[in-house]
Amino acid sequence: MAESNTQKIEWPNDGVSRIPYKIYTDPDNYDDEQRRIFRGPIWSFVGTDQEVSKPGDFITTYIGDTPVIVLRDLERKVQVIVNRCSHRGNLICIKREGNSEELTCVYHNWRYDLQGNLKSVAFGKGVGRKGGMPDDFNREDHGLQRLRVAVYQGLIFATFSDDVAPLTDWLGDEMVENIDRVVGRGMVLLGTYSQYMPNNWKLYMENVRDSYHASILHMFQATFRINRLSMKGGIKLSDNGWHHISYSIAETDREEDQYDAKKLRAVKDGYTLADPTLVKGWREFECGTTLAIQSTYPNFVVQQISNSLALRLCLPKGPEECELLWWVFGTPEDTNEQQEIRIKQSNMIGPGGVISMEDGVVGGWIQRGTKRDHEKTTIVQMGGRDVAPSAEGRATEVSIRGFWQGYRDCMGF
Amino acid sequence: MHGVLIMAGSVYVGAEVRRKIENLVADYAHAIDDDRLEEWPEFFVDECSYRIINRDNHEKGMRIGVMDCSSKGMLQDRILALREANVFEPHCYRHIQSASRISRSDENVFQVETSFLVVRTMQEGDMSVFCAGKFLDEIVFEDDKPLFKKRLVVTDSNRIHTLIVIPI
Repeated sequence: MAESNTQKIEWPNDGVSRIPYKIYTDPDNYDDEQRRIFRGPIWSFVGTDQEVSKPGDFITTYIGDTPVIVLRDLERKVQVIVNRCSHRGNLICIKREGNSEELTCVYHNWRYDLQGNLKSVAFGKGVGRKGGMPDDFNREDHGLQRLRVAVYQGLIFATFSDDVAPLTDWLGDEMVENIDRVVGRGMVLLGTYSQYMPNNWKLYMENVRDSYHASILHMFQATFRINRLSMKGGIKLSDNGWHHISYSIAETDREEDQYDAKKLRAVKDGYTLADPTLVKGWREFECGTTLAIQSTYPNFVVQQISNSLALRLCLPKGPEECELLWWVFGTPEDTNEQQEIRIKQSNMIGPGGVISMEDGVVGGWIQRGTKRDHEKTTIVQMGGRDVAPSAEGRATEVSIRGFWQGYRDCMGF
Repeated sequence: MHGVLIMAGSVYVGAEVRRKIENLVADYAHAIDDDRLEEWPEFFVDECSYRIINRDNHEKGMRIGVMDCSSKGMLQDRILALREANVFEPHCYRHIQSASRISRSDENVFQVETSFLVVRTMQEGDMSVFCAGKFLDEIVFEDDKPLFKKRLVVTDSNRIHTLIVIPI
């Protein structure tokens, strides 16, 4: 038998500004994360309420790597239930989505209602009075595991924790405000897809929070001279550092001018877009925000990149793999023209996004690069060593440090 | 120009037209697999559409996939971005394609369906089935030459592994 690795990871002295390589590969640490983070004091995003719009509608997904069912019960309440029969641990829902009035395990026909209460057990009284469950078997003790649920602006969250604060308190006002802004008008789903990545889930979440790399790794805008002109931007962090928003606001230039097709074509040196309508947009938000990437701890993202709106959820799939689920959406108010603009701009995001595709590959390179020398660490010191509530400009890694603050809080490092 | 023979509700496609369409579908795949990507936009008419969408979204009537080009210019920009801007690990595709099912709804537009399998080979030699699915094409003839007016790539899986930069 392989020797089990019981040695805890040793955290270096420089707080949240140095991250040990081992944290991205260690299988024991991965198991700890499932317990201390994904079943710990956090709210996990699990889906949108329009995916379970009718009573009996269900979808299956994961919190961490625990399979869960998200459903709307017959009283129209959203329930999130661990997808595992109390009997022998079989998955109750096999399909990714569907509609059902009850939950029945196909293996031995144990039947549950949509609140997870065990209603009947096949051959519970035996066959011809032979066999059957013991007399003291009490169905009430063997319901499915039901989680705390919060639905906010159509976003469904669930938690294993009895102690975590109510969702909006846990998020804080600033985070709630951005969700209101991006999602509050209602969502019309335009598409969903998944990106499977050969790296630990935390490497992707660091990337999401890393505004320093944006203009360096992603060369599309620079190559085609799509200038962002004068923009101010920065980082906002929740009080405890766990959640973040990195944003840009067009300051003096109106967006119409900024993405003027003629101006793009007028550039003499370098490349120009043959079809500059790709970057055409409209000023959607009063506040002038042109970009806002928000992450709520640990693995959920609300995205506004120009007029491209999306939700992303990064699911851990073992220590060295993860799956990024995308929900791309518009609003019920969109005109046809605005929807077409969102569709065009979708070319910038996702696994085939001309701007964002690199985010899918850089994590895998770090995973390979940090395979050995586990005592070594990464350096996350751009803009300081600690976690401040806000920062101006892009040359900072403060929101990555915020992620690690949340991580250490949960994991007990 | 292309002889039409009405047959019980469907429209017969002549052997010569069929041969030309099959050649287009084959040439397209070879151009991509041979890294002649600059030729890729030239398989399309100017006002064209090229989209990659997963089967789930397609069947639900949702619109967005992982690539969505609505002009030849956007196809050219994709390739220029691949060559000059995007960062990724070098890799190539090998398309394996089924025979095509060809029908014709009006005089000038042919509906063509072809199944495909794409194997991706990375620079270090890792090989994987990257994508399987179906091309749903609308093909028109310009000066006796077949070109894609629409190429809808419907992928069986919702997942893309790592990233997609080379078109399918």
